[in-house]
Amino acid sequence: MLPLAAVISEPSLFSLEHLPRLPQRLVELLLGNFGAPEWLVSIAGFLVAAGTVVGVFLGGFALLSLIERKTLARIQNRIGPNRAGWFGILQPVADGIKMLTKEDIVPDKAEKFLHLLAPILIVVPAILALGVIPYGREWTPVSLELGLLFFFAVGSLTELSVFIAGWASGSKFPMLGAMRAISQMISYELPLIITALGVVMVSGTLSLPHIVEQQNGGFWHWNFFTPWGFFAGILFFICSIAEANRCPFDLPEGESEIVAGHMTEYSGFKYALFFMGEYLGLFAISALGITLFLGGWQAPLPGLGFVPTWIWFFGKLAFVIFLFLWIRGTYPRVRIDQLMRFAWLCMIPMALLTLPAAGVWHFTGRGLLSWVLVVPLLLVPWVIVGVIFNKRLAAATRTYTFADG
Amino acid sequence: MEAQPNTPATSPPDKPARWVMPGLGLFQGLAVTGKNMVQSFYKKERMTTVQYPEERAPISPNFRNFPFLVYDNDPKAGLRCTACSICEKECPPQCIYIVLERDENGKSLKRPKVFDIDLSVCMNCGICAEVCPFDSIYMDGEYELSTDDRFGGLLFGLDRLSKSAEYHMKLRPEQASEVMARRKADEEKKAAAAAAKIAKAKADAEAKKAAAEEKGGEQ
Repeated sequence: MLPLAAVISEPSLFSLEHLPRLPQRLVELLLGNFGAPEWLVSIAGFLVAAGTVVGVFLGGFALLSLIERKTLARIQNRIGPNRAGWFGILQPVADGIKMLTKEDIVPDKAEKFLHLLAPILIVVPAILALGVIPYGREWTPVSLELGLLFFFAVGSLTELSVFIAGWASGSKFPMLGAMRAISQMISYELPLIITALGVVMVSGTLSLPHIVEQQNGGFWHWNFFTPWGFFAGILFFICSIAEANRCPFDLPEGESEIVAGHMTEYSGFKYALFFMGEYLGLFAISALGITLFLGGWQAPLPGLGFVPTWIWFFGKLAFVIFLFLWIRGTYPRVRIDQLMRFAWLCMIPMALLTLPAAGVWHFTGRGLLSWVLVVPLLLVPWVIVGVIFNKRLAAATRTYTFADG
Repeated sequence: MEAQPNTPATSPPDKPARWVMPGLGLFQGLAVTGKNMVQSFYKKERMTTVQYPEERAPISPNFRNFPFLVYDNDPKAGLRCTACSICEKECPPQCIYIVLERDENGKSLKRPKVFDIDLSVCMNCGICAEVCPFDSIYMDGEYELSTDDRFGGLLFGLDRLSKSAEYHMKLRPEQASEVMARRKADEEKKAAAAAAKIAKAKADAEAKKAAAEEKGGEQ
């Protein structure tokens, strides 16, 4: 059989729904037709599937670096980059060329090998984490039974590479930045995972495609639109801001305080790799949040099934990323003590409360009774926590001993 | 005198605590920035930035950058500068270099042969313009002075420093017209003084003559 005939013989290949998997299927079919052994076919297929994901998200990274600057500019009543190409569309290319042609400086006191390893290590876990996300009904690059566990296990590698970067630079600012990053990421990973556990409790599975499938049938079936899921989703979002080192929790970089944190001693393409890792991590954590709380690739209304599911996914991703940008353009950076106090006194107790709330929701039948039980269970502690925080802030009014006394 | 009790600092008046939903302020902040973002797409007055090389913001009449020399009518003969070197001496970073032009007998011609200002040293303080008694040096409004020539490009000689009085009038109408009026008045006064001097000299001479004649008559 001719290769072309083999391709045509599989009609579903050319539907829009299957478009992201088209390269993989094509390679598999073509190799199979040329009589390649089975192991080679499947390895090549996996490589192409991984390449699709990496390609899509590297393109997204390039686009986001421009859109972020444009959005921030609009928030600050500026125009933003508009010189390179039409509306600055070539700005990422220009930035990339600039980064590639810059001198690569390695400090004298750096641990040379670890200094090289850190920027690579920060990109790898982000890409691995992106591999288990179900982007569409037909497009889950790697469908793992324990996808959620894998995601968090791989995601924690980011902390390691940040600390390697800080340690290997052999300088003060990277070290301080890395220590901040470690304390922040570990503190916020706790509530992040606890809030995700609520979803696991309700859906009874760690497999991300299954979690998405259980949220089908319109947006009111999404986990975010349940009382516990609403709280858990907001907490998850706050934690993901901290995990992705984004403003207002961008203390590890904190350019006004510690130059650039763990990236201080990096230049050229290694610096670009740090940025890439950060943005890919942002994509990954947003994608996970969408999968857990916003119904993944599910269409918001039951009648909208004709649109390919991956388009819904990327639409939601764009919306969540926009929220990140909006928040970056709005809030100032918090202090490290505020950050830690917020994590341990507010986030973790509230995250722990979503667990019993999810349990009550699950076992009282998800009806009116569940609403009556679950809403006060979460709202009352939230108000109490808020009042305590307000009181603490009010008590912190400063007295000027010498000027007033 | 009675000792004042150490009164505590006046604390802000205690407002009755109005309870608000914790976290509400965050949404108010988001609303502000969101409004900024949306309105920047259709409200002209929101966008305050200027696309620089294509358009320029108008500069204020008090904007001052690098000094320039004023001439009336002719760039060489009309130069107001008399090479008195006051600005050279007053200049804090000493970026001005002046050589007086002399004729073959060594007599001063009261105009500069060399007048250099080093842009890389000048700090745009404007003291030269303040101290000049001849209304000759003023601060310019030019700000695009960058060059790829480190030495020649940053050293401004007479050819690049001299600018016409009309340019001054255009750049700073208020200051220039005041200067012009004063110069005109001075000139008239000077002419009047000169005329008076001539008349006085004439009168003196005549009086002398008369006195001499009288003396001669006595002898």
